[in-house]
Amino acid sequence: MSVWRTPGGGRIDRTQRRKFRFDGRDYQGVAGDTLASALLANGVHLVGRSFKYHRPRGLLSAGAEEPNGLVTVRRDAARVTPNLRATQVELYEGLDALSQNRWPSLQFDVGRINDWLSPLFPAGFYYKTFMWPKGAWKSLYEPVIRRAAGLGVAPTEPDPDRYAQCYAHCDVLVAGGGAAGLAAALAAADEGARVILCDEQNEFGGALLSDPQATINGAGGQAWVDQALAELSANPRVTLLARTTAFGYFPHNLLGLNERLTDHLSAPPAGRARERLWQVRARSVVLATGAIERPVVFPGNDRPGILLAGAARTFLNRYGVRVGTRAVLVTAGDDAYQAALDLHAAGVSIAAVADLRPQAEGALPTAARRAGIEVLTSATVLGTLGGLRVNEIVLGELDGTGGVRRKRTVRCDAVLMSGGYTPSVHLFSQSRGKLAWNEPLQAFLPDRSAERERSVGACRGIYDLAGVIDDGFAAGAEAASGRSGRRRSVSAHSAGGDGSAFLGAVPLAGASSDKSFVDWQHDVTVKDLLLATREGFRSIEHVKRFTTTGMATDQGKTSNLNALSIVAGALEVPIPQVGLTSFRMPYTPTTFGSFAGASRGDLFDPVRKTPMHDWAATEGAVFEDVGLWKRARYFPRGGEGMHEAVARECLAVRSACGIFDASTLGKIEVVGADAAEFLNRLYVNNWSNLAVGRCRYGILCREDGFVYDDGVVARLAPDRFHVTTTTGGAARVLAMMEDYRQTEWPELAVWLASTTEQWAVIAVQGPKSRDLLQGLVEDIDIGAAALPHMSVAHGRICGVPGMVMRVSFSGELGFEVNVPADYGLGVWRAIHARGEKDITPYGTETMHVLRAEKGYIIVGQDTDGTVTPDDAGLAWAIGKSKADFVGKRSLQRASMHAPMRKQLVGLKSRDGRTILEEGAQVAEIPGQKPPMRLIGHVSSSYYSACLAHPIALALVAGGRARMGTTLYVPMPGGDIEVEVVPPVFYDPSGARIHA
Amino acid sequence: MLLISCPYCGDRPEIEFTYGGQAHLVRPADPSALDDQQWAEYLYMRTNTKGVHAERWRHARGCGRFFNALRDTTTDRFAATYKIGAARPDPAASEPTPGTAR
Repeated sequence: MSVWRTPGGGRIDRTQRRKFRFDGRDYQGVAGDTLASALLANGVHLVGRSFKYHRPRGLLSAGAEEPNGLVTVRRDAARVTPNLRATQVELYEGLDALSQNRWPSLQFDVGRINDWLSPLFPAGFYYKTFMWPKGAWKSLYEPVIRRAAGLGVAPTEPDPDRYAQCYAHCDVLVAGGGAAGLAAALAAADEGARVILCDEQNEFGGALLSDPQATINGAGGQAWVDQALAELSANPRVTLLARTTAFGYFPHNLLGLNERLTDHLSAPPAGRARERLWQVRARSVVLATGAIERPVVFPGNDRPGILLAGAARTFLNRYGVRVGTRAVLVTAGDDAYQAALDLHAAGVSIAAVADLRPQAEGALPTAARRAGIEVLTSATVLGTLGGLRVNEIVLGELDGTGGVRRKRTVRCDAVLMSGGYTPSVHLFSQSRGKLAWNEPLQAFLPDRSAERERSVGACRGIYDLAGVIDDGFAAGAEAASGRSGRRRSVSAHSAGGDGSAFLGAVPLAGASSDKSFVDWQHDVTVKDLLLATREGFRSIEHVKRFTTTGMATDQGKTSNLNALSIVAGALEVPIPQVGLTSFRMPYTPTTFGSFAGASRGDLFDPVRKTPMHDWAATEGAVFEDVGLWKRARYFPRGGEGMHEAVARECLAVRSACGIFDASTLGKIEVVGADAAEFLNRLYVNNWSNLAVGRCRYGILCREDGFVYDDGVVARLAPDRFHVTTTTGGAARVLAMMEDYRQTEWPELAVWLASTTEQWAVIAVQGPKSRDLLQGLVEDIDIGAAALPHMSVAHGRICGVPGMVMRVSFSGELGFEVNVPADYGLGVWRAIHARGEKDITPYGTETMHVLRAEKGYIIVGQDTDGTVTPDDAGLAWAIGKSKADFVGKRSLQRASMHAPMRKQLVGLKSRDGRTILEEGAQVAEIPGQKPPMRLIGHVSSSYYSACLAHPIALALVAGGRARMGTTLYVPMPGGDIEVEVVPPVFYDPSGARIHA
Repeated sequence: MLLISCPYCGDRPEIEFTYGGQAHLVRPADPSALDDQQWAEYLYMRTNTKGVHAERWRHARGCGRFFNALRDTTTDRFAATYKIGAARPDPAASEPTPGTAR
């Protein structure tokens, strides 16, 4: 054992050695250590370089608030976790950790030059500099700054681990397993409540784990903790979650907990989840989140070896580590004297206690004096010395008139400091509870709750052990039963609990040439804060953003209140008037893996596949995503690119026959005596005169008159309609229908059902399609007379009951065969086999070209939410005789008939070659310089193999009155001349479709 | 995530619901009888309530039903949820409890 490790005591097992590695050097710790305590046990205080000035930094704390000791823990190339707090990393055999933010090494870091150049980097530096020349930001400044800034490095390989997620409900969730939380859980369990108790640490007990002086019911504090845990674990209604951080408090008592399952293990079992995200909905919440000790702001307060007094005590009492051989305590309260006494008893020489108060006559200071420790009152700190570790502190005694009476330099290798406690109100504040300033305690405490929750113990300013436990009992019982009155009580005592506090910088801190740090992690000093107030910032929210104080990953756990106090002092206003910045989740950084859970890779999003998907995949189809659907885009053959494949498929459909998977079309069955009336009220069309067995192209507008969706509607029976929608619009159309059905017209006898996935739809299109299907259908006459364009018939197809709709989105004679989804693949195969050489499978890209050749719009591509049916050239579809339909009143507005509205037209490149870019703008006047006067845009554009020239659809202001005129599509290479033509490029008479 | 009490199914997490905007707007029986101003009022004008707001929700990933709710827009507390067609309850009559949707 080293000189730093004590011979006995603490929550560690000295017989279980643990080898570990830090920055490539081998060390040894013991079971029960954190990385922080193990490093200290090896005399290593230097653990990092600061963010901005690259100053050497040591551990400031022993817990979640740690701003300096951020390390990267590495298991392999894929398991690299940056920015972990060394104080929370449990040591395991073979742990491999790296310090951050240093180059080339922690001991010698080139970036330290920033510290000497710091007059050049004041607060707000980034906002003021790098403004000129403008172009240099992207190319020069930002890349350089990004490389220099930032903390840690992300792993280079994908995360191979599994992350679990679960939901839970309970009567009482207790966040924090210290004395208050344990008491609350016990009392809540007494009432029969289902309780979840979580704590971020590896074991429950909180401050009691570091407090050998604590006595409860006459025994040690640890004995009480053990007994409480035994009782709670025996209760089947209680769930104990250690290593579990309550990181976020969401509305209506939903809390996010992050449970770390394997990060503390030397060899995590394969397949075991690494972390588990709990989403807990609690009837009541008890916040027992404790308090965090505050550093003292004095010049040079960031040298390695300078740390919080309570942290030194934790390292000693819990981990059996002395933080130094000769320490000085800087304090403004009695509590911290216990740290000095404990260290003194463990053989650490206490060189002096510098008490900022004029008097220190409490029990602990008295005990310190009795132990032979020199106590200086009215003291201040003028500076510290030391390279990579503090070796001297300069103390002064205030003379009461703003000067220093005596100046003393004290040799030391550790400085303990304590400015009192800051209650951890993060979760309370996240719950939107309101805080109130407590003047005697110099702290913001929970005041008005927004949720059914209560704070207990130190997080609401109760610091004495008996008070804390009583508070826990009372709150736990009340949270569980809704009644006040507790059944349990204890007698308890621990050192300290006077709650005295000191905020801000020590007197004369400004006189030093060295920096007085307020925010360790973001390198914010007293000077930075004063500069912000001089520059006119008044609100703490603005000061925070200007100086970045409290904006680091530690969220200012150790710095916020000191910063607030310094700003309030400079502005000469009371602290509450400066305000408090918002606390945001997560309380400590939480991994993306935990949030993502199983939702990654193939499971990132649901994938919808049609019944014929695998056939298309086997045929080598290239797929595209349409919403969640995978759709075959084209079927390349023998090294074809998309354009060749699409040209071939288009020609095949126009000359012979194509087969296309249209199963993704949305399908809604509208049924009931009032089905026709319902559709009359919704769609622009007239449905009353649609005969059974006939189909009609329907347009659905929103109430504002703009096209929302379209699709063919078939009347299967007087009271039954088969409504098809766009692939992407199925869900929202059904939602809109339900909205009107349920809330506007509940009197209508109509019911809606999504049948999208019930039908497989096989489009067979082309001049040979009828001949091909002829022998495959039974009981259906698909002859031209019996089944004209836009009609539907039921029967058997390849022996399968289904229906055949004679519809065409290609402009050719065409059929859509609908069979139950489970038969889709079989029927597809049968049709395809029957077609032999005459049938060509085609994909969505060919479908797009074919429909554009016919001038058929795609809602969402050729419309954009500002297009009326008339704009799209579809006014013919509107049922003129109808008194009302959704959107009709809006379409009656004068502006809806303005002649210069954008209208759908076709465009042909004058050169017969150039394919326009979709989204390209259209101009009337050629050769314009920006800003140009633009009159429309290209919505669809393809090369038409069938017509042997490019075609485009566009929305152009007053487009229909411009037929034959020339317009210009300005592109980086110059204007492209285009001719305005009707949108129907192919077979305008419709002879082919009616064949 | 809010906890919302569907009048048909009970308390369910917000993820099961879709928001439906302001409640108690009735589509005019004869829109053609309205002038442009009146129609625009119906179509576009919405209150921007600070405090208790009557709004529509749909239990889209549950029973599929629309219903109305009284929610305080400053605290997200639900004072009440009620079926379509029912009159707006008096929010003062039902005591809002922190953290519950009832």
